[in-house]
Amino acid sequence: MKFGIVVFPGSNCDHDAYHAASVNAGFGAQYLWHKDTLIPDDIDCIILPGGFSYGDYLRCGAVAQFSPLMKEVKKFGESGKYVVGICNGFQILTETGMLPGALLKNENLNFICKDTNLKVISNDSAFTSAYNKGDIINIPIAHGEGNYYADDDTLKMLEDENLIVFKYSSPDGIIEKQYNPNGSVNNIAGIISKKGNILGMMPHPERYSDTQLGCDDGISIFKSIARSLS
Amino acid sequence: MNTSELYSELPVTVETALELGLTAKEYEKIVEIMGRTPTYTELGVYSVMWSEHCSYKNSIKKLKTLPRSGGRLLVEAGEENAGLVDIGDGWAIAFKIESHNHPSAIEPFQGAATGVGGILRDIFTMGARPIAALNSLRFGELNNRRTKYLLSGVVHGIGHYGNCFGVPTVGGEIYFDDCYSDNPLINAMAVGIVHVDKTASAASSGVGNPVMILGSSTGRDGIHGASLLASREFDEKTEDMRPTVQVGDPFAEKLLLEATLELIDAGVIVGIQDMGAAGISCSTSEMSARNALGMNINLDIVPLREQGMSAYEIMLSESQERMLAVIEKGKEQIAIDICNKWDVPITEIGEVTGDGLIHIYRNGLKVCELNADSLVLGGGAPQYDRDTKEPSYLAQKHKYDCAEVAAMTPMEGDYRTVISSPNIASKRWIFEQYDSQVRTNTVSIKGDAAVIRLKELPGKAIAVTTDCNSRYVYLNPYKGAMIAVAEAARNVVCVGAEPVAITNCLNFGNPYDPEVYWQFSEAIKGMGDACRAFNTPVTGGNVSFHNESKNNAVFPTPTIGMLGILDDINKIMSHNFKQKDEIIVVLGDNLNELGGSEYLKHFAEEITGNAPEIDLTKEIALQKLALELIRSGLITSAHDISEGGLIITLSEMSISSGNIGCEIDLGDSPTVGDLFSETQSRIVITIENSKLDEVRLLAQKHNVPFHVIGKTIEDKFIIKNYINYTIKNVFDLYENAIPNLMKL
Repeated sequence: MKFGIVVFPGSNCDHDAYHAASVNAGFGAQYLWHKDTLIPDDIDCIILPGGFSYGDYLRCGAVAQFSPLMKEVKKFGESGKYVVGICNGFQILTETGMLPGALLKNENLNFICKDTNLKVISNDSAFTSAYNKGDIINIPIAHGEGNYYADDDTLKMLEDENLIVFKYSSPDGIIEKQYNPNGSVNNIAGIISKKGNILGMMPHPERYSDTQLGCDDGISIFKSIARSLS
Repeated sequence: MNTSELYSELPVTVETALELGLTAKEYEKIVEIMGRTPTYTELGVYSVMWSEHCSYKNSIKKLKTLPRSGGRLLVEAGEENAGLVDIGDGWAIAFKIESHNHPSAIEPFQGAATGVGGILRDIFTMGARPIAALNSLRFGELNNRRTKYLLSGVVHGIGHYGNCFGVPTVGGEIYFDDCYSDNPLINAMAVGIVHVDKTASAASSGVGNPVMILGSSTGRDGIHGASLLASREFDEKTEDMRPTVQVGDPFAEKLLLEATLELIDAGVIVGIQDMGAAGISCSTSEMSARNALGMNINLDIVPLREQGMSAYEIMLSESQERMLAVIEKGKEQIAIDICNKWDVPITEIGEVTGDGLIHIYRNGLKVCELNADSLVLGGGAPQYDRDTKEPSYLAQKHKYDCAEVAAMTPMEGDYRTVISSPNIASKRWIFEQYDSQVRTNTVSIKGDAAVIRLKELPGKAIAVTTDCNSRYVYLNPYKGAMIAVAEAARNVVCVGAEPVAITNCLNFGNPYDPEVYWQFSEAIKGMGDACRAFNTPVTGGNVSFHNESKNNAVFPTPTIGMLGILDDINKIMSHNFKQKDEIIVVLGDNLNELGGSEYLKHFAEEITGNAPEIDLTKEIALQKLALELIRSGLITSAHDISEGGLIITLSEMSISSGNIGCEIDLGDSPTVGDLFSETQSRIVITIENSKLDEVRLLAQKHNVPFHVIGKTIEDKFIIKNYINYTIKNVFDLYENAIPNLMKL
């Protein structure tokens, strides 16, 4: 299988996603340039990596949605193929409407970089099947605007249709406000689309996909995708 | 030549020169060099090029006494934008530290942000991709709103720039002392990696080659940042100088990085230099002077942000995220295509000439005809010897009887005070605002030095740290500077790396004050002696004088940025206790020294005494032993003893473990000296019981004193006959101190 990693001006986790997908997880990977208007046929999953696309001077991800390649990414997603947005990528997915909700400034108004415990709420997805439901995984966050917000109806829909895949929790899996690093509603850290083919998450699985860096809890996301394709 | 060809926008007299920060004597010298009166723009160029910041006029003679070659150094200090250190297999590390103190004091967010931007550009100008950033900060005490405002602004600024640019901020240090209240220190360090075949030079060459400007347009920001703002003390007029602070755009810098590296990779660059202090003036003259060449530059083509900018303003602008590049003739289109790909503006503004002169044109008129060599350090720029005088405060400080305090029995509250002092307590509130992991190379930021793996050299890593206990330097500049180097080396050793080179950022007061200059001169001597002993040459750095306000000068603060190399990434050492029932050993003797210590700061309420002793022979023996122990897998943790003394070292080893603490026996009545002495050349290690004898023998072989002081236990932090805490108690004291102060 092959991952396509989109490089926007200001992307800065593009190399990391590439390394995790190729060197750590052992799959094919290729960069896709934001000015391109074509996604190669052999790409199975698009990754929108972290960073500050176009400087994020307006709203995070607000400008990236208008780049030529994003039109293609939208079509790619609508056709049911896999798309993963990590951090800034998640922000872009909500800006384009490919995922519901919005990412607001962190509750404490600061950028936060630290390890977080995530509880796997659903492993019934293309992105989490290699985890067990209820697993507690350690994945770091690094963002200033990761405070997930959605209105009550959307939240109910996300909960009812089992579209929330990760929530911030304690190391023992307790989901409470004190384990919520950024103020996200219902401790939401990652969601999938209704069709189940688009994942958005604020934590960075590509950062913890390597035992040399102390943790590889994130690699199962890449493996889950490959498993779903095979 | 006919001077009537030259246009001066304003008449120039000696008074003009004085207004621009030059002295009357310097003005005389300029007129003598030129054989005529300079134009206003020419005088402006001299004023910035001969400023302290650009010319190092009051420091260069001393800097030349530092070891600047040898070891693994590929490029000597001062030859290029940053030093280069060989790490094997054709790869090299470029690293450098620089100050942005004055701008940050009046505009903390932009001042700190552009400090980070400037040092990153120094690294990627050489063709190196930045892989890590560090910072060394000094503020006044955290007990007033202004200091908290400055700290918040600086941390946001550093985070904003580094996080967006995409470089992990992996380490640094921060201290709070009253002397920094008006004049905080913001020193930013960057580290990059480059293949030696792909390094770029900062020298111009090839007459007829086009000169191009890359990156952001030129505005009025930062004019006279180097010459007037950074080269004077703080007074009531300083606030009015806010417009001299540049404004940073990390997004533009990220694109400039990618475009620059691709240009270098494509082989179209002859020479390239970033534009920081003194903008186009500095880059054109320095690049030209390196090969005795000149340039014709047409300012009318320089992309401008504002209308009506004069030649003077364009030449002195310090707008950020710009580069000057000499491109190989015939390859212009390749350069333009690469820049277009990254949406980086590129404009040809002139060409290289063979006459050694910088010709500048504006509105069709020639406004400058300057001898490049006359402007630069090593050429015509002045070099001064300054008077020195041993400061009068020293004798009185040295009289303080530290031994008496060291022999006292401490109160329980003493420990609580020291561990929750902002100088000692956890800096989590700060470092969690920095992205420390982007680029997925950060192996550890928790130990004595940060460890960054190198994907380019699988299995290898580097260790980086910044260090300077300025209180020691204040009390004894010679020993204090030696200790700064020794501690930096010790920190690098404690994670298992071999120290290889340093960069320095020398923050001092007004060099025209003989007492300040004595501090500077002594500190350079101490640093040089230590660097020679450790075989860690100086790759470059920065001098920042005039760090003082009407009340006082800052403590002399020669910050050391140290680079170490780990040949085997599997042999990294960490400082957290690993498991219970291991033996805790102190390597090195305690001399019960409290001069300049954190303990004395609280209990004498002043920084006094003399700096601790430092014996480089003992220090080197200790470091060799520690490296051997780590590489042979004989110890399970290592942490050096520094600020706060042994009890703080043990506290940190327990806190970072989470659930393994210690039970320590220092006798029936541990003294202040036993617990809080800051004697140098000591490392705490833990050993599994079965390896105790082997380690003891090795210590004997290296002639390093070996003291068993206790063992690791679960959940408790016990110093017999002094305190009995849970690790949770210690953790709360350590972690909550700074957040609580920032909330007030």
